[in-house]
Amino acid sequence: MNAETELLENTRFDLQVIASWISPGSRVLDLGCGNGDLLYYLQREKQVHGTGIELSESKVARCIERGLTVLQGDFQEEVHDYPDLSFDFVILSQTLQQIMEPKKLIPELLRVGRRVIVSFPNFGHWLVRAQVLFTGHAPVTDQLPYEWYDTPNIRVITIKDFKRFLRMAGIRLAREVAINTHHHDREGHIVTYLTNLRATYGIMMLELPG
Amino acid sequence: MSDKKLPKVVVEKKYFTFAEPPNEMVLDSGARLGPITLAYETLGRLNEDKSNGVLILHACTGDSHVAGYYSEEDQRPGWWDNMIGPGKPVDTNRFFVICSNILGSCMGSTGPSSINPKTGKPYGFDFPMVTIKDMVKAQKYLIEHLGIKKIMSMLGGSVGGMQVLRWCADYPEMVRSAIPIATTTRHSAQAIAFNEVARQAIMSDPNWKGGSYYGGPGPDHGLAVARMIGHVTYLSDESMRSKFGRKLQNRTAFSYDFNGDFEVESYLRYQGAKFVARFDANSLLYITKAGDYFDLERGDGNLLVNDNLSHIRFLVISFSSDWLYPTYQSKAIVSTLKKSGSDVSFCEIDARWGHDAFLMPNEQMDKLIGGFLDRISHEC
Repeated sequence: MNAETELLENTRFDLQVIASWISPGSRVLDLGCGNGDLLYYLQREKQVHGTGIELSESKVARCIERGLTVLQGDFQEEVHDYPDLSFDFVILSQTLQQIMEPKKLIPELLRVGRRVIVSFPNFGHWLVRAQVLFTGHAPVTDQLPYEWYDTPNIRVITIKDFKRFLRMAGIRLAREVAINTHHHDREGHIVTYLTNLRATYGIMMLELPG
Repeated sequence: MSDKKLPKVVVEKKYFTFAEPPNEMVLDSGARLGPITLAYETLGRLNEDKSNGVLILHACTGDSHVAGYYSEEDQRPGWWDNMIGPGKPVDTNRFFVICSNILGSCMGSTGPSSINPKTGKPYGFDFPMVTIKDMVKAQKYLIEHLGIKKIMSMLGGSVGGMQVLRWCADYPEMVRSAIPIATTTRHSAQAIAFNEVARQAIMSDPNWKGGSYYGGPGPDHGLAVARMIGHVTYLSDESMRSKFGRKLQNRTAFSYDFNGDFEVESYLRYQGAKFVARFDANSLLYITKAGDYFDLERGDGNLLVNDNLSHIRFLVISFSSDWLYPTYQSKAIVSTLKKSGSDVSFCEIDARWGHDAFLMPNEQMDKLIGGFLDRISHEC
C-alpha cells in the first residue's frame, strides 16, 4: 500500500476502488458521504472540487469541521437543484439498495453528473443464496446484517439484475469491478470470474451513450 | 479549554464619520443622508495583505460590542464572546474581526435619535427610512476606510444574516465567503405581523408623540411591550416549557389580580424593562421596518442568482426549533445557491432554544464555523 492510499487504509474497500477511478481536479458529488472520508481523501490527494450530501447532522458537522463542502439533507431531493452536468462524477456508494425509486434516481444522477459510480451489496453472492436455499431464512450477512423487520435495504439487487436494468434503461456501463471484502469491508480483493456468485459488492461506472 | 484564567481582551468603541454634505449617501428610497457615523469595534490584527478580515453583522437590536471587554474591570463581555476571541472559533489570533453598529440604530451609529445637523435637534421621524441595503452600503464605506478590498468571511444571524446576503448580492467582489445564520431572503407574513404588533405597541404609547419624544419621557411602556413580543418570537414552545412551564413567581397560589403570577410574565416584564434602558424606540421602528422591506426575491428574480457570486463559499446554518426564520427559509437560500453554482454547505443544528439558539453557546456551531473559517483561510 503506497502513501497515497494510506489515508484510505481504514476506509471501506469499495471506496478505495472508487477513489482510484476519479480523475484529479474533477468535480465530485458524494451522495450519503457520511463522515466525508472519501471526499477528504479525494480533496487532498486528487485536488477534486467535492460536495457531499448527508442526512445526519453530526456527520455533516464533522465534514464541515474537516473543511469539506457538505449539505445536510436527503440527496434524493437535494440533487434536483443542480444544473445539468454540474459534476464530473456522482458517487452513490452502498445506498442503492435503500432507494425507493432507483429507476427515477439514476437517470437524474446522470443529468447532474457526466458519470455516476454506484456500489452495492450483491444479493447474488453464494452465501446469500445458500442461506435462503438451505436454512429457509432471509439472508443475514456481513454486508447485509439486518433482519427483515429492521432492514433499511428495501431493494434486492444482484450484479446480474443491475446490468439488465442498465440495458433496459439505455445506460452505458463504462467500467465495472466486482469485489470480495472481509474485515468489516476494509480489506478486499477483486473478483474476476463468476462475479455474481463470488463478489460481495459490485461497483460500476455509468454514463449515457454517445 | 483550560481553567486557567486568561487575560481579558480589551476592546475600544471607535467611530467613523463619512458622507459629509454635500456628498451625502444616497439611500434606497432616494433620500440623501449625511454625515453618517458608524460605531465599530475591532479585534485581532489586520495582516499585511489585508486578507484576514472577518466582518460580523449584528442582529436587530445588537451593537458593535461583539466580543471582549471595555476594561479590565468590565464584567460583561460582548454579545458573541463565546464565538469570537483568541483560540475561539472566530480566532482573533489569526483573524481581524470587525463589527459595526448598523445605520438607523442607537448604539453609536447615526439613527433617529442622532442630532439632525439641519435643525440641531434629534431627527425623530424626520430620519429617512433606511433599508438593509443602506446599512450594508454604509458598512462598505467603513471597510474601504480600513483599507480592506476583500473580506475573508462575513457572518451574522437573523437581521445580521440578511446583511450577509445583501453584501453578497450587492458587492460580491468584496466577499470571499459568507455564513448566513438563522436568516431568510425575505420575511414571512408571520414575521412581518409580529414586527407590526411591536411597532403598534410603541406608536400607540401616548409618550411616543409622533416620534418627537426626545428631551421628555419616552414611550417606555410601548417599547417594553414591543420587546416582550419580540422575545416570545425568539424562544420556542419547548424552551419556554422547560424554562418556565406554569411555574408561579414568588408565590404558591394565584393572586387573582393582574400583577403577574407566572414566572414567564415576570421574565418578559424584566426583559422589557431592561431593553427600555438601552434602546431607542424609534430605532426599533426603523430597523424592524428595514427587516420587513428586505426581499432578495422581489422584482426580476432572485438576487442570489448571479454568476458574480459563484466564487463565494457559503455556509448556511439554521436551527431546528427556530419558527421565526424556520429551516425551510435557509433551505431555500441553499437551493438558490446550488442553482447558481456556488460552493455551499448547509447544516440544521438540532437545538431547542428557538431563534435565540444562534446566540447560545453551541459546540456544533463552534465546530462548523471554526472548521469553515479554517478552510477559507487556507484557500486564501
